[in-house]
Amino acid sequence: MKLFPIRGGIHPEYRKDLTSEQAIVVMPMPAALYIPLQQHIGAPAEILVAEGDLVKKGQMIARNQGAVSASQHAPTSGRIKSVAEVAAPHPSGLPQKTIILEPDGKDEWADLPAPIADPFAASPHEIHERVAQSGIVGMGGAAFPSAVKLNLGTQKKLETLLLNGAECEPYLTCDDRVMREYADEVIDGARIMAHALGTPRVVIGIEENKPQAIEIMTRAAAAFPNVEIAAVPVQYPMGSERHLVQAITGRETPARKLTADLGVVVHNVATARAVHHAVRFGRPLVARVVTVSGSAIRKPSNVMTPIGTLVADLVEFCGGFSARPESVVNGGPMMGQPLPSLDVPVVKGTSGILALTAEEINGSPTSACIRCGSCVTVCPCGLSPVDMAAFIRKDNLDVAAKLGVMDCFSCGSCSYVCPSHIPLVHYFNYAKGVLRELENDRRKNERIKTLAEVRTIRIEKATEAKRAALAARKPASDAAPSGNAGEAKATTEEKANA
Amino acid sequence: MSGMLIAIVSLTLIGLALGSILGVAARKFAVKEDPLEEELKAMMPGSQCGQCGYVGCAQYAGALAKGEAAITLCAPGGKVLIEALSEKLGIEADLSGMEDKGPEHAYIIEDICIGCTRCIRECSTDAIMGANKLMHTIIVDACHGCSKCVKVCPTDAIVMVQYPVTLANWHWSKPEIENTEPKPEIVPAH
Repeated sequence: MKLFPIRGGIHPEYRKDLTSEQAIVVMPMPAALYIPLQQHIGAPAEILVAEGDLVKKGQMIARNQGAVSASQHAPTSGRIKSVAEVAAPHPSGLPQKTIILEPDGKDEWADLPAPIADPFAASPHEIHERVAQSGIVGMGGAAFPSAVKLNLGTQKKLETLLLNGAECEPYLTCDDRVMREYADEVIDGARIMAHALGTPRVVIGIEENKPQAIEIMTRAAAAFPNVEIAAVPVQYPMGSERHLVQAITGRETPARKLTADLGVVVHNVATARAVHHAVRFGRPLVARVVTVSGSAIRKPSNVMTPIGTLVADLVEFCGGFSARPESVVNGGPMMGQPLPSLDVPVVKGTSGILALTAEEINGSPTSACIRCGSCVTVCPCGLSPVDMAAFIRKDNLDVAAKLGVMDCFSCGSCSYVCPSHIPLVHYFNYAKGVLRELENDRRKNERIKTLAEVRTIRIEKATEAKRAALAARKPASDAAPSGNAGEAKATTEEKANA
Repeated sequence: MSGMLIAIVSLTLIGLALGSILGVAARKFAVKEDPLEEELKAMMPGSQCGQCGYVGCAQYAGALAKGEAAITLCAPGGKVLIEALSEKLGIEADLSGMEDKGPEHAYIIEDICIGCTRCIRECSTDAIMGANKLMHTIIVDACHGCSKCVKVCPTDAIVMVQYPVTLANWHWSKPEIENTEPKPEIVPAH
């Protein structure tokens, strides 16, 4: 297949060999599971259970609400211990509403929705419904509800379903292992998704540093002429949805547009496997493969982890720490976020838990910018990180926005190459947060302005109506043919006073 | 020949007369509209709360445009508006005495509320729900923090509170550069 170059990018040390040959192991059920109501982009799910309820594996315990949301299911059978505020797997460590489930050890399945016998004869709508019902979200890390993305076919003309198996983040091998061990399930899921989307073509993009995955997937796809495997060059951030689309189609997604506007929808390989389970067996998303790695982990592994397992339990399962970790990261080392505590749950978007030692982290102090331009060369979005950071440092966020800071997706390439160790991407994350906040404030102000205007009009109308009512009473009391305006006025006034 | 002359002269006269009438009218009936005032009006929160001491946002904008009012009077606008106004009008605002508490919204302590509806009548954005002798509550999404309701509450049941930091609105703070060595003093060479 003809491939196209992408702009910029870096070649970090991948260190995938820590876990790439470790087959997926199943984690035993921990003592308690912590299932947050919000593990996805959009509105939190609406809780369906109460303290003390007995639930079975796969039973829906929180329902999706609103247009963009995902439901949550019990990862095993057991008793609902409580619903409490538990720290989220988020750098802030802020709490969120979480269902705490005590497993009973039986791991008994609930009555699941019937399998869709022939998904290719089923209507796309039926498949959306099933995916929505199964609580599937994008498992590459962004955790966008998959059913919403599968619906794009009804709004736009789509040509290609692009399955993202690039896994360009260093250390992570969970997608690699899923492709190697469950190739048929991934391809079946992809074909079902392509049917739901109405795309004639499926392309599976895999970075060249995963030769076994490429070989196994190519063999599994041989039976289906519309499924192609594309071995894409090793170049971080190839796994970014927009860049993978560019590498495959040669077209760049315009700023603030979707890849679907180019006729391409991108889903992660693990998501495809989850769709296969939901459609063929009626099983919701209750577990995922997590790469636990980093030099501070005693036994780096790929673990099939029940959703809601505490990171502390997962680390314990992998032999605990062999050295003091300088930082524990949720996700990959480039775009992942540090975790303030180990007492946070694994969620649907958790692709990796990395315990990194001081040697694996760049702790060098920041020095002044030497204007080398490296950050500009590597920026895969064609931005100028040095300029944006300078303006943000001086709190000139408007200029930074004009320079395109909102188009930065925080891949971290600029911070990685900066010889002065300037925390460039940190500046951009800060600026994006503030700009988003300002935008929300602006929208709220607009809404409040309308509210105030509506109220003013309503009060004016009420006053008008009062005056009219008063005027209407005037001729009735004034029926005598006097016609004296002064008298009439006096009567009305008297009435009003009385 | 003379017919043509008459036509030219009369048309010229009519043109001149109409032109001068229009000219006079444009001067005499001109609507005084200060473009600056309009711009300032658009910057205001627009909830007509009257906390600034003027009847509404338009009047405050007018006073600002004439340079009669201080730029620090708008309570709902807060520090963000003051900064925007200061840039627009080129006035240095003294923010040192003002601590930026960040945006706030009203909150009704429901145990103390007696249901007098005074705050409901006061609220310019219909952000308070409740009925006579029944407890009231604030619709936070519609409250813009003018604090007018706080002043009319007979039982001090309304307080201003800050918006909580949640997972939805949290963001990274500005990076602190560790490198804070003082610059070497430059001594001019004689």
